[in-house]
Amino acid sequence: MIEFILNNKLLKTAARPGMTVLDFVRYQQQLRGTKIGCREGDCGACNVLEGKLEKGKMHYQNITACLMPLANAHGKHIVTIEGMNMKQLNPAQQAMVDEGGTQCGFCTVGFIVSMTGYCMTHEQATYEEAIAAIDGNICRCTGYKSIERACQKLIQAVKKKSIDKPIEWLIKKQYLPEYFSNIPNRLKKIAVIEQKVKTNSMAVGGGTDLYVQRPEEMLEQSAKHLFNNKAYKKIYSKDGFIYIGAEATVTDIMEAPIMKKHFPQLPQYMKLVSSTPIRNMGTIAGNFVNASPIGDLTIFFLALNSEIILTKKENERTIALNNFYVDYKKMRKKAGEIIRWVRFKKPGKNHQFNFEKVSKRTHLDIASVNSAILISTKQNKVEQVHISIGGVAPIPTYLFKTSKFLQGKTLSLDLINEAKPILNTEISPISDARGTADYKRLLARQLFFVHFVELFPEQFH
Amino acid sequence: MVKKIKEIPTHIPSMKNIDSHSHVRGESIYIDDIPEAQGTLYTAVCTSTIAHGKIISVNYKEVLKKEGVIQIINHHDIPGENQIGGIIPDEPLFADKEVHYQGQPIAMVLATTEAIARAAVHLIKIKYKELPAIVDPIEAYKKGNLHIPSRTFSLGKMDKAWKQCEYIIEGKADTDGQEHLYLETQGAYAFPNENGHITIASSTQGPTALQRTAAKVLNIPMHKIEVDVRRLGGGFGGKEDQATAWGVMAALGATITRQPVKLILHRMDDMKMTGKRNPYRSTYKIGLDKQLNILAYEADYYQNAGAAADLSPAILERTLFHSTNAYYVPNVKVTAHSCITNIPPNTAFRGFGGPQGMFVMEAAIAKAARKIGVKSRAIQQQNLLNNGHVFPYGQKVEECEAIATWKGLEKKHPLKAIQQNIDQFNAENIHYKKGMAVMPICFGISFTNTPMNNARALVHIYQDGSIGISTAAVEMGQGVNTKMVQVAAKILSVHADRIKIESTNTTRIANTSPSAASATADLNGKAVAMACEVLKKRLLKVAAKILKVKITELRLKDERILVKNSPVKIAWQTLIQEAMLQRVNLSEHAHYATPKIHFDKNKEKGHPFAYHVYGTAVFEVTIDCIRGRYEFDAVKVVHDFGTSMNRIIDLGQMEGGLVQGMGWMMMEELIYNKNGRLLSNALSTYKIPDIYSVPKEVDVTFLNTDGNDMAIFKSKAVGEPPLLYGIGAYFALLDAVQQFNPNFEPETYHAPFTPEKVLMGLYG
Repeated sequence: MIEFILNNKLLKTAARPGMTVLDFVRYQQQLRGTKIGCREGDCGACNVLEGKLEKGKMHYQNITACLMPLANAHGKHIVTIEGMNMKQLNPAQQAMVDEGGTQCGFCTVGFIVSMTGYCMTHEQATYEEAIAAIDGNICRCTGYKSIERACQKLIQAVKKKSIDKPIEWLIKKQYLPEYFSNIPNRLKKIAVIEQKVKTNSMAVGGGTDLYVQRPEEMLEQSAKHLFNNKAYKKIYSKDGFIYIGAEATVTDIMEAPIMKKHFPQLPQYMKLVSSTPIRNMGTIAGNFVNASPIGDLTIFFLALNSEIILTKKENERTIALNNFYVDYKKMRKKAGEIIRWVRFKKPGKNHQFNFEKVSKRTHLDIASVNSAILISTKQNKVEQVHISIGGVAPIPTYLFKTSKFLQGKTLSLDLINEAKPILNTEISPISDARGTADYKRLLARQLFFVHFVELFPEQFH
Repeated sequence: MVKKIKEIPTHIPSMKNIDSHSHVRGESIYIDDIPEAQGTLYTAVCTSTIAHGKIISVNYKEVLKKEGVIQIINHHDIPGENQIGGIIPDEPLFADKEVHYQGQPIAMVLATTEAIARAAVHLIKIKYKELPAIVDPIEAYKKGNLHIPSRTFSLGKMDKAWKQCEYIIEGKADTDGQEHLYLETQGAYAFPNENGHITIASSTQGPTALQRTAAKVLNIPMHKIEVDVRRLGGGFGGKEDQATAWGVMAALGATITRQPVKLILHRMDDMKMTGKRNPYRSTYKIGLDKQLNILAYEADYYQNAGAAADLSPAILERTLFHSTNAYYVPNVKVTAHSCITNIPPNTAFRGFGGPQGMFVMEAAIAKAARKIGVKSRAIQQQNLLNNGHVFPYGQKVEECEAIATWKGLEKKHPLKAIQQNIDQFNAENIHYKKGMAVMPICFGISFTNTPMNNARALVHIYQDGSIGISTAAVEMGQGVNTKMVQVAAKILSVHADRIKIESTNTTRIANTSPSAASATADLNGKAVAMACEVLKKRLLKVAAKILKVKITELRLKDERILVKNSPVKIAWQTLIQEAMLQRVNLSEHAHYATPKIHFDKNKEKGHPFAYHVYGTAVFEVTIDCIRGRYEFDAVKVVHDFGTSMNRIIDLGQMEGGLVQGMGWMMMEELIYNKNGRLLSNALSTYKIPDIYSVPKEVDVTFLNTDGNDMAIFKSKAVGEPPLLYGIGAYFALLDAVQQFNPNFEPETYHAPFTPEKVLMGLYG
């Protein structure tokens, strides 16, 4: 039985754990406010809030209901628009009405959910972050300018909220119905469930790839739902390594203090990865085993020379990420094995890192080409370098030859130009919806170059 | 003389969209939100997997074995004609012997759940004999595959004109198609009623088109079919003709099974099965004299119409109407060809062929400017339309605002200063370059098919004083319902909250024209106004009788009767009660047909448009010359709204249309392979603008023009014109790329200008 609170109602349901939250709320609970736009997490019309109780406090984030397995709702508070509605409009709703932020109305609920959800965070509200909260919401009518104005209006009002106790403040100011205050007490009573499944059944994390690729199969599938397993979400450092749990989401990684410390530009990089709701769901292990040649996290962690720790029952083995992929969607992972940890050596003081991604649309898109670099230099001499590149081969590619060529050499424009032909031999792009092969080849060279422009601006400009 | 520019007065609040309250609460009801009736069956459609070929056999054996499958329906099961073609009867509902595009419906499965229906479709086994597919319109043209004979508009004497030209430039310009991407996919829900009657709830812009076609397919009279449209989750032209098939299928299913049948397309199916904005390939020749006057313009447009005509012949016509955009050209010869290809039948999309034609004109100007060594805007400004000019189709240019909007823009946002900033930025930066472009527009308002320019309104005043209005207008986000409320509230002098706009329903309003051509508010608003005027007159007569005064001394104001401008005790509700006692008719059905307009298709001359809408925009863009990415810094527009009746709604149309047009020019890339398969067939591969890809600044100035009496309350039509500005995005990008790579000159100006094309241009 899956048990969770849907709006103001405690539910125990025997519905299939693989059913999407979207289908459950719309067709089993008859909550039709949540809309279906694409069923692939690319429009935000089905955004709902997922509330988790952590250390006595509620943390709400927006997610796309179309990709979320019902199993992942266990023990949580799921909020749809019906659970936000009060007699009078809340300030997000009112701002959208006043500024004409809604035209046909079909995307509107998704925006309202994202905007209201943003008000509920434990951080000081800013306009930039309010916009970031709706980066996964697509509107075809308004051209977004009226929605921007609505956000400006909303931020003016919510700026004064209590960061310590946002929910209480929001209830008082009539952003949220009163029942929200008692949610933590009600959630505490829901027990953690131990799933009984076969070892060999498919492991499912956030669902953001699987539910796009094979939604119908996922409904039937008996799966290991790992997403809610807190032990799998840890991010910590030990013996000079940083360990990331397999089920850590992109958001978890972005917010982990140790990651922030070593990668000060992390928010800027991750802003190029999908959208806020997808980052709230997509996990690092999911990204790796999806084995897309263009996986953003895969490219990111390849350049960190990461290793993955695979487990099957009590057996555990470690494999270098740059040795994990064999061919298109083929990897060195045995049946029943799951990724448990990803680890990489803490970057040293001389290390510099950069991540680049170019796609047809800068945000909320899959890369045409992406690339990352970790480099350490001493007196302009390359000590150590790892470069990865995606979208130009059947697998996410670690540039062995190019990296090796640069090793020990003195950085110069000439050196970079000499490296480009080597890079060219390591890639074999194909033409598809993300660009022609010629374009990807050119882009690969450009992104390789731009790493040095970004990291050594005085030398390369 | 420069007209005074009127800013949006923020202190006068416009009426909010009447739907917005239920929208923000998620309480608005779209097709898939209608509570299901018991016994409802769900539909999945089986479609062709090849672009062209003969159907050898279809095997349904496995499908019938599947539990939950109730019925399979194909062309054999159609009681009437297997035909849904609107302009030309060339499109079967279900393919019979041949298929002409990937995604063409062959059969449908009805089942007890949607999941069963979808799974069942995969069990249908079809054998084809594949035939060669054509995707390129020019290839189709060369083979003589045309939907209709090519059409030519001409003005002046070409031969003589070319001889007078100092500069003659030839070139090519292509635009890709555009997926509508209405957020609500196509869908319908049909209910069987007694005596073979069917009610269809549909997400359509054209209720009558669906009713007419369903009647034909079901072989029953139109009065047995009631089409009801509450609202659309976006249309943009994509549901003008192309909503019909799904409504007809649902009706057919309901007729055969006697159970309610629901059909909602999944997004990828919608993208695969439905038509889009027509891609065009074009060639042009433009001639100018030394003073940069355009003396002659010739163009050939090869419209990629797809496998069936759909609305393409009408779209083709509008390409010709707008071929010279906002410019006067004394000698014109433009020819358009509607080419049959093996992709889904393309269809209406905001602008309706106009933008495709205007892009070619702008490409010709840009290329000419480069050859001559001047800025495009020097040629643009020199040739702007003015009163007394004539359009290539014979209509005189009247109440022209082309120069006024250009000058208005110059005054508010001096182009010289923008250019100076850009030049300075470009001189100081290596890895980033800026570019700019000016885009004037001119768009004709009316259906170019004159007989379609009519509408009706049915206004009931109920005995409690509340009012219900039915019209032919379909609400799809454009705010037409709000405007209808405004019309009635103003004429009857009642509060807006007394008025309800009913669903668009073919039983209440018959023989509707589709909500399209930007003309919905004008046509239906005029009909509402007429009905309300009649009712008002009747009510004043009632008041005159009670007060024993002359009717000419009476007026309605703010729900009160005024005698010689001073209020008396009779309020709205009392007046209505009194009218009931006097047995006065409190309902009125009015009919409006646009006066003056006509067009002779044999001569290709006439006066097809009620009026024109004008405007000028300037675009500023910055490109990242290493990565090929770009961001629009600003778009500033001075637009001719006439006397805008609702600034929030009109501004929303302006901004939304602009961004949609920019999407078409920037990133929306429909990629078909040689076999006619759409590769960008999902939101993950077909990218429309997100909140980060819109211009950082959009500044819209409402030009205070006189408006036109043929526009409702002189508030000019605003649906399509703003999309045309988007074309400026292409030319701003071109300018920026050329700042980095002065040698860049594309052989064909080909939109969209994706980051790929930018990067290849920078280093090409």
